[in-house]
Amino acid sequence: MIQAIVFLPLLGAILAGIISLAGAHARNPSGDTVDHHDDAHGDAHAAVAHDDHGHDDHAHDDHGHDDHHVSEPAAAGSRLAELITTGLLFVSAALSWFTLVDVGFMHHDARVVLLPWINSGDLQVSWTLRVDTLTAVMLVVVNTVSSLVHLYSIGYMDEDPYRPRFFGYLSLFTFAMLMLVTADNLVQLFFGWEGVGLASYLLIGFWYQKPSANAAAIKAFVVNRVGDFGFALGIFAVFALIGSTDFETIFHAAPGLTGKTIDFFGWQADAMTLTCCLLFMGAMGKSAQFLLHTWLPDAMEGPTPVSALIHAATMVTAGVFMVARLSPLFELSPTAQAVVMFFGATTAFFAATVGLVQNDIKRIVAYSTCSQLGYMFVAMGAGAYSVGMFHLFTHAFFKALLFLGSGSVIYAMHHEQDIRNMGGLWRKIPYTFAVMCVGTLALTGFPLFAGYFSKDAIIESAYAAHNPFAVYAYLLTVAAAGLTSFYSWRLIFKTFFGEPHDQEHYEAAHESPMWMLVPIGVLAAGSILSGFPFKELFVSPHGVEEFFRESVKMNPHILEGMEEIPGWLAPLPTVMMVLGLFVSYMFYIRRPYLPVELAKQQPMLYQFLLNKWYFDELYDLIFVRPAKWIGYQLWKKGDGFVIDGLGPDGVSARVLDVTRNVVKLQTGYLYHYAFAMLIGAAGLITWFMFGLGGQ
Amino acid sequence: MTTWPILSVVTFLPAFGAILIYLMARGGDETASKTARWTAFWVTVVTFAASLILVARFDPASSDFQFVEKTSWLATGINYHMGIDGISLPLIILTTAIMPFCIIASWKAITSRVSEYMMAFLILETLMVGTFSALDLVLFYLFFEGGLIPMFLIIGVWGGPRRVYASFKFFLYTLLGSVLMLLAIMALYWNAGTTDIPTLMHTAVPRGLQTWAWLAFFASFAVKMPMWPVHTWLPDAHVEAPTAGSVILAAILLKMGGYGFLRFSLPMFPLASHDFAPFVFTLSVIAIIYTSLVALMQEDMKKLIAYSSVAHMGFVTMGIFAVTTQGVAGGMFQMISHGIVSGALFLCVGIVYDRMHTREIAAYGGLVNRMPLYALVFMVFTMANVGLPGTSGFIGEFMTLLGTFKVSLPTVFFATTGVILSAGYALWLYRKIVFGALVKPALMSMKDLTYRECLTLFPLVALTILFGVYPKPVLDMSAASVQQIVNNYNTAVTAVKAASLVVQ
Repeated sequence: MIQAIVFLPLLGAILAGIISLAGAHARNPSGDTVDHHDDAHGDAHAAVAHDDHGHDDHAHDDHGHDDHHVSEPAAAGSRLAELITTGLLFVSAALSWFTLVDVGFMHHDARVVLLPWINSGDLQVSWTLRVDTLTAVMLVVVNTVSSLVHLYSIGYMDEDPYRPRFFGYLSLFTFAMLMLVTADNLVQLFFGWEGVGLASYLLIGFWYQKPSANAAAIKAFVVNRVGDFGFALGIFAVFALIGSTDFETIFHAAPGLTGKTIDFFGWQADAMTLTCCLLFMGAMGKSAQFLLHTWLPDAMEGPTPVSALIHAATMVTAGVFMVARLSPLFELSPTAQAVVMFFGATTAFFAATVGLVQNDIKRIVAYSTCSQLGYMFVAMGAGAYSVGMFHLFTHAFFKALLFLGSGSVIYAMHHEQDIRNMGGLWRKIPYTFAVMCVGTLALTGFPLFAGYFSKDAIIESAYAAHNPFAVYAYLLTVAAAGLTSFYSWRLIFKTFFGEPHDQEHYEAAHESPMWMLVPIGVLAAGSILSGFPFKELFVSPHGVEEFFRESVKMNPHILEGMEEIPGWLAPLPTVMMVLGLFVSYMFYIRRPYLPVELAKQQPMLYQFLLNKWYFDELYDLIFVRPAKWIGYQLWKKGDGFVIDGLGPDGVSARVLDVTRNVVKLQTGYLYHYAFAMLIGAAGLITWFMFGLGGQ
Repeated sequence: MTTWPILSVVTFLPAFGAILIYLMARGGDETASKTARWTAFWVTVVTFAASLILVARFDPASSDFQFVEKTSWLATGINYHMGIDGISLPLIILTTAIMPFCIIASWKAITSRVSEYMMAFLILETLMVGTFSALDLVLFYLFFEGGLIPMFLIIGVWGGPRRVYASFKFFLYTLLGSVLMLLAIMALYWNAGTTDIPTLMHTAVPRGLQTWAWLAFFASFAVKMPMWPVHTWLPDAHVEAPTAGSVILAAILLKMGGYGFLRFSLPMFPLASHDFAPFVFTLSVIAIIYTSLVALMQEDMKKLIAYSSVAHMGFVTMGIFAVTTQGVAGGMFQMISHGIVSGALFLCVGIVYDRMHTREIAAYGGLVNRMPLYALVFMVFTMANVGLPGTSGFIGEFMTLLGTFKVSLPTVFFATTGVILSAGYALWLYRKIVFGALVKPALMSMKDLTYRECLTLFPLVALTILFGVYPKPVLDMSAASVQQIVNNYNTAVTAVKAASLVVQ
């Protein structure tokens, strides 16, 4: 069954890919001749090429308008591709829920060896699917959200001529993600890890005619590679220490490594700490944690369903999953856990502050995602892995809902993304408004909604943790809870309340088709139901013991510790949430002049936040430009001047001086060399035969 | 084992084909060209088929030389001695497999002196296969250096505008290496009284001679590889060579360096290899970072891929001189994978070059709008170049790094930055050429891959993914020989360490 779950999406991806290629090939004939004279014809093509793409959710402030409609008909078989991929995904999703019950409650863990992969000496890696509770939870998250996003995309992408390609990519992504979560060794985990990176790259750059989309796609891939650099080194370290990459072997051998050190540039680093920190670097890249977060907001260049699936619910949570999967290692290194908690808390707070002032509806949600991922890492750092997984689980539903709801708003507003140009929309799109409210309530942790249970549990775990950064994390996550509430309600108020700012778009606004409304309805239900009913399984000590069993190694005291939190502290996050809601209400409903004045009074702070703490500029200054400058210098000065100047060019200049008058350069010299070589070889043989060989 | 000398047949079949072309395709008219093309094509295909017999009969469990042929030749101790083991067989198959693609890729691109061109390629194939199967130093030297002549001609006659400069540079570099290697060969002959490679492998070489001989061989192989700082001939040679020439250069000729290290440096001079390993690591790391940075700034497609080749070869030298099982096996695999991937990348460049006659990156953009099949194929090879898991490029990089980690952590630390940089330059190239809107008027009437072009690229796509998912055939083929190299090296190094302890 697990093979079906994993490989059905791959099958869908391949079929959609074939349909897409067949369609594309039918439109673009083969031929190796180029007609250079047909300029008029060429210009006509240029015009088509320009507005080839239907949907562009450009942000107003960044890129200007680009909302042409399609001039090109969809390829034949588009609907077929949609139905195949979506159908297969729904089968996979149904099987995943079945697996969750089978594994979580019936305790039928599975391990299926498919093929040998890399075998060399003691390095034995195979393609193996592993299913335990942790994996089963991820299977459910991935396949449920993915199938709903597939369904939603049928409506959202209905004007795009490249739908088969889009659905192929979505299914390919799902496959890679499933390989990631079912991995039984680090190398296969890395395969899925980079595979989702590829799919993310392809989907962010789906509208490849937009330069900003291409740039964002490359940025996402390269920044992720920075994380993967650490991840790869971590894998090497594990192999060097233990001689295997299989999880079972590693987990059994790891406790024996305490006290071992690795010589890391003269620094005798604790082996476990160094390894975990390196592996965590991979998680930071994938999950867009502080310092490696810059790609995530830019990734919003991709179509909105992509943002919902990849950059909210699944791929970005891979880092969290990885730490949970490797919990037996992280539990051995309190230092590494401190690092995890520090970065998690910092990200939770940092991203929330940036989210306060953004105006692009998708970017607000993106920063919110970044911040929520920080929360999950706080739980990981505390050793409360199941709690982090709980938030991952609930977050997948309400964040996918918020993204898809935003997509519905964008669809209604004809690809308008700037919330300053919206307003009063609740009358026009009441259904979207309702589900967005559900998503926001869940995100901000309103009592009885899903986020309330998972987020509060994380804050409690930070309080209860024995970690150098526990207090830091507690304070920052509590503060971030208030900020989250503020910016989330700001989004709702500016979008759905007040006066319409763009009358034309407002008048034309309409509710989305059923393809889109059904999935967001299901997710809205999930945003409520994924909370309380699952609390027992993810948070209570006994439930976790029964449900997760061996699949994560919890800190033995953390869950009990969470129950002992003082009564007066427990409601603090909820108080912060109400406070954020209140301030947001005052700012954007009652006294709309307040935020403007505040921005004017504090221009430095406002610019600092609006420009995302200037990280992009900083990285450009200290990494991108120097790399290019050094590259250029090495090329021109290093290769061109020093090596060639001293080497061949210098020598050849001297040789040429001598030979110029002897041989005609153009024709003679090649044969000259060949001849010289043969003479040399002949000389050698002669010398062997008569000089030494004859002895 | 066999009643007929199959190894010699595989080696000399292409040369026989060259003679056939010489006899059949006289004159420069169209009929002669056509005959030359078809003859060359079928000869390379038959050679490939014959080389598959080698695979079928090869015993991968044995690390001994197989298909051995030995007849006396020049003098005592200098024989015609051929044979293959797990190190040479994969490279021979790579050579015979890549060759038909080169012929197909030259089908329309070469219009002048077609028979001579095909003959040059066929002779080159003989010399390359000979290099990988020679078991006598003199024979090896003849094949190894002889291979330069057809390559000179291919670059010099059918090359681009700066072909003279490029071949000149190529020559100067290799000449230096060759002369030194020749001296080392003489010295080895003096020492052992034979040039028989299997014998030399089991002959202890004095410590002093090891150092000098190692350096001399290194000079030759490092140029071939090419390693930093003797790499600058490669970008120029690639840029000026015709497409098929670049493919051969990248796919096969560069591998002679790595083959040389595995065949001579490690088995014959283990102590010198051990002493010089940090030196090689340093050069490898510099090659990886330096050339990746340089690749970031290139304006010419072929140069960019050429520089990325140097970086990828850096992983090979690093892995080989780590002398761990995974390091050497990974270096071996990386050579095969790089042969497929970089060869295919040069074919991809050739396809747009044939249409537009420029290699300047800035002249392209938005090709995906007209060439979806090309975009897909190019994407696969770009990802393999980046080392994405699931493509063959990953396995080699991963194994070499993994194998070196135990030996030298700083080396691996810096070498791994190569994975970040390679993503930078490869994706940038892809984005500039394939993605974007199609706005340049000259590109408007571009057409997608023809069946002939699909025929050259699709099998390589299949191999890239197959070896990425299931590298076992290649790894198993070389496993026993790799293990033997590693064991012998370790024995030699440990013995010396033990001896020095006793002395103390």
